[in-house]
Amino acid sequence: MTKVFGSFVANDHIDLTIEPGEIHALLGENGAGKSTMMNVLYGLYDADGGEILIDGKPVKFSGPGDAVAAGIGMVHQHFMLVPVFTVAESVALGYEPTKSLGLLDLAEARKKVRDISSRFNFNIDPDALIEDLPVGAQQRVEIIKALSRDAEILILDEPTAVLTPQETDELISIMRQLKEQGTSIVFITHKLREVRAIADSITVIRRGKIVGEASPESTEAELASQMVGRNVSLTTEKDTADPGDATFKVRNLTVVDKTENVVVDDVSFDLHRGEILAVAGVQGNGQTELAETIIGLTEPRLGTITLDGKNLVGQSVKSRLGSGIGFVPEDRSTDGIIAEFAIRENMILDVYDRAPYAKGLNLKSAVITEAAKRKVDEFDIRLGSVFDPIATLSGGNQQKVVLSRELGRDLRLFIASQPTRGLDVGSIEFVHKRVIAERDAGTPCLIVSTELDEVYGLADRIAVMYSGRIVGIVGADTSREALGLMMAGVPAEEALAATAGHDDAATAGHDDAATAASETNSATTSAEETK
Amino acid sequence: MTTDISPAAPSPAPPPTAEAEPGKEQNLLQEILSGSWLVSVLAIVLALLLGGVLIAVSNADVIDAAKNLFAAPGSFFSTLFSTVGEAYSALFRGAVFDWDARTAERSIRPLTESMVNGTPLILAGLGIAMAFRSGLFNIGGQGQVILGATIAGFLGYALHLPPVVHMLIAAVGGIVGGAIWAGIAGVLKARTGANEVIVTIMLNSIAGYMLGYLLKQNWFTHTTSANPQSRTIDDSSQMFLLLPAPFRLHFGFIIAILATIFVWWLLERSTIGFEFKAVGANPHAARTAGISVSKVTIIVMVVAGALAGLGGAAQVLGTEYKLTGGISGSIGFDAITVALLGRSKPLGTFLAGLLFGAFKAGGYLMQSQTGTPIDIVLVVQSVIVLLIAAPPLVRSIFRLPTPVLKRKEA
Repeated sequence: MTKVFGSFVANDHIDLTIEPGEIHALLGENGAGKSTMMNVLYGLYDADGGEILIDGKPVKFSGPGDAVAAGIGMVHQHFMLVPVFTVAESVALGYEPTKSLGLLDLAEARKKVRDISSRFNFNIDPDALIEDLPVGAQQRVEIIKALSRDAEILILDEPTAVLTPQETDELISIMRQLKEQGTSIVFITHKLREVRAIADSITVIRRGKIVGEASPESTEAELASQMVGRNVSLTTEKDTADPGDATFKVRNLTVVDKTENVVVDDVSFDLHRGEILAVAGVQGNGQTELAETIIGLTEPRLGTITLDGKNLVGQSVKSRLGSGIGFVPEDRSTDGIIAEFAIRENMILDVYDRAPYAKGLNLKSAVITEAAKRKVDEFDIRLGSVFDPIATLSGGNQQKVVLSRELGRDLRLFIASQPTRGLDVGSIEFVHKRVIAERDAGTPCLIVSTELDEVYGLADRIAVMYSGRIVGIVGADTSREALGLMMAGVPAEEALAATAGHDDAATAGHDDAATAASETNSATTSAEETK
Repeated sequence: MTTDISPAAPSPAPPPTAEAEPGKEQNLLQEILSGSWLVSVLAIVLALLLGGVLIAVSNADVIDAAKNLFAAPGSFFSTLFSTVGEAYSALFRGAVFDWDARTAERSIRPLTESMVNGTPLILAGLGIAMAFRSGLFNIGGQGQVILGATIAGFLGYALHLPPVVHMLIAAVGGIVGGAIWAGIAGVLKARTGANEVIVTIMLNSIAGYMLGYLLKQNWFTHTTSANPQSRTIDDSSQMFLLLPAPFRLHFGFIIAILATIFVWWLLERSTIGFEFKAVGANPHAARTAGISVSKVTIIVMVVAGALAGLGGAAQVLGTEYKLTGGISGSIGFDAITVALLGRSKPLGTFLAGLLFGAFKAGGYLMQSQTGTPIDIVLVVQSVIVLLIAAPPLVRSIFRLPTPVLKRKEA
């Protein structure tokens, strides 16, 4: 099968065989062509070459309707649901069972939802509105929708990207059940841990080509190197920190959101020059707000933020950036870049009015282009031209643009929120190296991450947040188990004491020390890697 | 505006374009074909064709000939083409170059008339275009033009100053008037989040009625007449003519050229324009990058209003010489079309303003010489707006390829 977009070959002669009742993982970096391929399978795109065979018979899909009729169901990464519809209506959408006079037979749809829901313990109310359901339940609605049309092959496109940890675990068990009932599942992902947990067979795609099959027994490192095409180290090498003075201090910081909920609760910590403090925690426990308050997007109700002896509270974002803060926002596409702007413009987004990029009110176009080209080389950003809109870049390369902007000036403090969210293995390695290099240059770094691998990979010290509070600040050698307990709100001493016995095993290797608690946590973190 | 760049992600793949022959030529072709410039030009062509149909059906001779269509098809088609041809050639002669005119002066006068008509459209259009680029729908061009004309006109006859100085001061008055009027909408939007579309539309009505009221006050009009119009402005405050009479081309056109260059510099080469565009494209990212969104909103509206106010000033100081209730005509609304047709780019807006000025100038001659109603011009203008608002329609009529943003592969 071949698919060409303009001069870009997204899928190059891909052969794929899916056995009945197997979970087949399609593994590849962002932009490798996984989703394109599945869209061709689902009839959304026409293939430019090759054929699709079902049970040995060639089929041709002119649209998703044909694919559905042939027994292929798809759950997209971004759900295709109408928010104001009920579950039953959503499931009925597209094949609408009718009574006489062409009336919509919702009772039939409701019954289907209830049947499938009870068969797999989905626990979905057919009359609930889609917009009221949590993301995980919405995904189950999509699965019900596919199953209600007797799908024999279910395509799940990055299904865990939007799920919370518990939801990921539930999804994995749902996938197992489906498999037992004979449904084949194509599972598209770039997350190694999930692949190893669930897949029966693995196909690795790189740059539109199949580069090999892998077995679920392969180690993560093997899978990663196959996916990226070279050896990658999943743990970044770094020297021990050489902390200097505590130049950044937060005291009694309390932040209240619009609805008067306390989101950051009396947080205090010090950050030394030349060290990385990672803020760990389950998503939504105040880490995002903490980072946004430091940069000035939100004003705290109480407390002080001091950088180099200067209180930042009350200052504008611009003046805080001016005092040498580099900030990588959590949501890259909304806060970090302007999609329509050229790459070179995105590279000066928060320094556009400073030398050397501007003189008075004049932008110095030549200087901006020159600097952009330099950064492209330095950060190994793969692009056509710095004048192209940044929307033409992959997520990883967009993030490199953001990093090149924020790390490209002399910093007194570096804050990054989820710096590797949604990135592939190769880019993650690169980002981590740059952050560590910044630390070694003496900049205090604050990294907010829900990804425990990332926390371990970067941190010199780890602060765990739960429900707006810092539960404790511990060393980087703390076990996964203890961190897991702290992320659930257990104070540091208790967590350390409770897990003292397992310490050795837990720190030895991130994956093999799979006690029940740490497994939950690792699923947690990988699930929230992308949004 | 970026409406013509279809989002690349979720929709089915674009139809394969031409032969899959990768290379520079194809990219270039693709760019030219899918470029919005071409869509603009084609929209004008289509609108003129449709206008031709209307000219034909509204003409008695063509209708008569149509009755005998089967008996004498030749005469029908010749009547058809000569009628439409005459109407459009009159339009052209009235707008660009009149080869039937008695004197050489008269034959080139139409072009200058187009420039005169285009001047306020260009100025107000630039204001609207700039706001569009900054993500603000400034529908208040009309009100801003009225305010600009009102203040400029009043200063024109109420003050008595030396030539040029007087004109410049009156023009600055127009700028301030437009800026204040748009600034109200800007401040309300920035402070309270009030929708600028609604506020500016309401301000249009307020400005119109306020001028109507003022024109009945003798202290304002400096006349004793009961007519709702003001005294004629002093000679010293007139925008001086660039060519001797009978040409009416005045200094305002130079101002329009300078304003076009200024807006280009502002948007493309200045830090202020960078902020404008950043806020327009993604206010969240702009805020994260330390740009004050509310400050930018106010500045954008003030500058946009200043340009529209200058347009009003040019109209009263350069063409009308006195204030009347209809001083602004439909400049403020036509300016929106001009900005759309010009793709919110400074040069595009300038050219679109000239084109609309030409329509207006040519429409008179077309009506007087061929009896074709001047409303046809309005129809043509409206169809242009319609087509501009729906670029995919134009593309499908001419079978142009859809512009493809290089796909961001998921």
